[in-house]
Amino acid sequence: MQDIKQFVESGQIARFPGGIHPPERKQPASEQPLRRIPYANELILPLRQHIGVSGQCTVREGDHVLKGQPLTDAVLHQGLPLHAPTSGTVKAIEQRPMSHASGLPEQAIVISPDGHDQWRERQPLPDYQQRDKAELLDIIQAAGVAGLGGAGFPTSQKLAQQKPVSYLIINGVECEPYICADDRLMREHARDIVLGMRILAYITGADKTLLAIEDNKPEAIASMHQAISEYSDIELRVVPTKYPSGGEKQLIQLLTGHEVPSKQLPIEMGVIMQNVGTAFAVKEAVIDDKPLIERVVTLTGECIEHPGNVWAPLGTPVDALLDFAGFKPEQQQRVIMGGPMMGFTLPITAVPVIKTTNCILVPSTEELPPPGDEMACIRCGACAEVCPASLQPQQLQWLAKAKDYPALEDNNLFDCIECGACAFVCPSEIPLVHYYRQAKSQIRNQAREQAKAELAKQRFEARQARLEREKEERLERHRKAAEARKQMQQQKAQDAPEQESNNDGKSSAVAAAIARAKAKKAAQEGGSAGSEASDEATTQPRPAQDKSAAVAAAIARAKKKKQARDQEDKQ
Amino acid sequence: MSFVVGLIAIGALALIFGLILGFAAIKFKVESDPIVDQIDEILPQTQCGQCGYPGCRPYAEAIANGDEINKCPPGGETTIKKLADLMGVEAKPLDAAHGEESVKKVAIIREDECIGCTKCIQACPVDAILGAAKQMHTVIEHECTGCDLCVEPCPVDCIDMVEVEAKPETWQWNLDSVKQNIHKADTIPVKLVE
Repeated sequence: MQDIKQFVESGQIARFPGGIHPPERKQPASEQPLRRIPYANELILPLRQHIGVSGQCTVREGDHVLKGQPLTDAVLHQGLPLHAPTSGTVKAIEQRPMSHASGLPEQAIVISPDGHDQWRERQPLPDYQQRDKAELLDIIQAAGVAGLGGAGFPTSQKLAQQKPVSYLIINGVECEPYICADDRLMREHARDIVLGMRILAYITGADKTLLAIEDNKPEAIASMHQAISEYSDIELRVVPTKYPSGGEKQLIQLLTGHEVPSKQLPIEMGVIMQNVGTAFAVKEAVIDDKPLIERVVTLTGECIEHPGNVWAPLGTPVDALLDFAGFKPEQQQRVIMGGPMMGFTLPITAVPVIKTTNCILVPSTEELPPPGDEMACIRCGACAEVCPASLQPQQLQWLAKAKDYPALEDNNLFDCIECGACAFVCPSEIPLVHYYRQAKSQIRNQAREQAKAELAKQRFEARQARLEREKEERLERHRKAAEARKQMQQQKAQDAPEQESNNDGKSSAVAAAIARAKAKKAAQEGGSAGSEASDEATTQPRPAQDKSAAVAAAIARAKKKKQARDQEDKQ
Repeated sequence: MSFVVGLIAIGALALIFGLILGFAAIKFKVESDPIVDQIDEILPQTQCGQCGYPGCRPYAEAIANGDEINKCPPGGETTIKKLADLMGVEAKPLDAAHGEESVKKVAIIREDECIGCTKCIQACPVDAILGAAKQMHTVIEHECTGCDLCVEPCPVDCIDMVEVEAKPETWQWNLDSVKQNIHKADTIPVKLVE
């Protein structure tokens, strides 16, 4: 910790291992001022925009929404809400292809703008210092601000770490070729970014804010330098141009002289990093009450007539962006989302701009030739020299091909930041990063399967136990029933000899019945006081007798029974 | 004399160590065979019985007793490899007599055809089917292991085994498809824009 402090205070810039110097190609896009793109016919907002859980949809088809109105509800601070980029109606909530290399469909809210661009009620908050930090975090969360540099991690979650922060690093490095969205933002909105930095510093309680910019952006450096001049606790650090200096761990190493340990977060070192775009979004969210509904996207490549940076409302289809910039496709045109190193070729262009989309690259075949055929690894070691994470790319590649997943984890595959430097220098044109991505998802899948197997095992065992228990219970019931039967039989056997004397139980009832029958017979034979009607009724019953006769007969029967009983008693 | 002393000393030591060992044998007794647990851990726990044993654990016991390791189609190549590592034997290709490794599947009941006979519920090894007599049954999808055991007992054949859909989280970067996408015009509409 002390070492880090000393290093940072000295103002030095360290080095990180590896790295490459690909052609930058930031011009001509970086020289065009930011433009606004008209709203597309429909804005597609996938429910999931970033790592983590997607929110619960709070609007229905046909609803009218206002600009900035939340469309989803974050579940327990896990995810981020999504907002309407402009006013309009919810046209559909349906499956649309997502902005992912797979192009798989995903649930999305489709909005057709009404052209009024009517805002919801806003509550600007210029005096954020009067507010509690937790309240500001809630505002940032409710505004849906995600890290705009790369993975799109929810900013409020990153800021909510309960650990002391010495340095807040604002990342304006933007090291990937072609991309110049942050560059343009810094040139044109330096003051807003600095305000955002102040808010971030206030929330994190950082002692000092370091703003890092690569030395190939002199205009951005000049404009930011001027904007921060009035603040003594913000320092500008110009880092030499090298790819991937903008990686979180790489930039921390450059500025602090210390490597972020494997499987640890920068916060353990007392450092937190945010992108300049995120700082801008935080300022808009807190001070202007404007949620994250648009972002700067670089439109570049030789197959675009007017390259430049645009403010793209989230949900704008890539098609619309291409039309706006003058798309002149060649045969088998590739459209890449992201930069040439870390981006991916889009399977279809109907996908929307999401919170993490920083660039749409439409290269011609000459400037970015499609990958050649993969050749065998010649073990030249060039990849190991350029790896910024000090891994052994060739080793990882062999292990990935052999599907030796435990060994891949031992070789720290998960420290790979997928920067693509190894694939860039590979003379055999091996798509190394693809192998790593494949292996990573395979390992994650296996972990999922493992968890599922464990669950299945538990359920199977629970079922076995239940079946066993039921069987035992059944047996127990059978045993008890058998026992009861046995007991009864025994009792019967005991009862038989003393039938006469014993007056309770079944046998006595039988004896009584026999006695009654005997008495009846005796009564009939005796012919004592029996009426004619009763005799008729008992000996020859007539089906078609009238009711009164039947009643009379019944009474007579009852009397006779009583008589018989009396007689029995007398006996 | 010293000979006798030596004898007594050794004898006493033998007695003491014997007691310690005897105590340890009782105190640290291992209930089940640990190798069976380890094998069971590797098996996919679909409890499908394709190996010919009634469940994963019986098969694990059989492997521990020297049965072949290549009888588990749901586990496939990866499981065989892990078992080979654990048992110190050569990995073999999957025994085709017990089935082939196929894509992950999940059982789906066509609910309007279900007559509520509960036969599938009794067949399900992981209690993943919900229902009661003369009531419609349904599969709890995320608990289903895709073992196929419920399909056979159904008297009205209303259970389908459906491939598990790829989700962004489970999606694989497939090198072939990435290359194809770049060269094939019909799978990639980007190229149709002219």
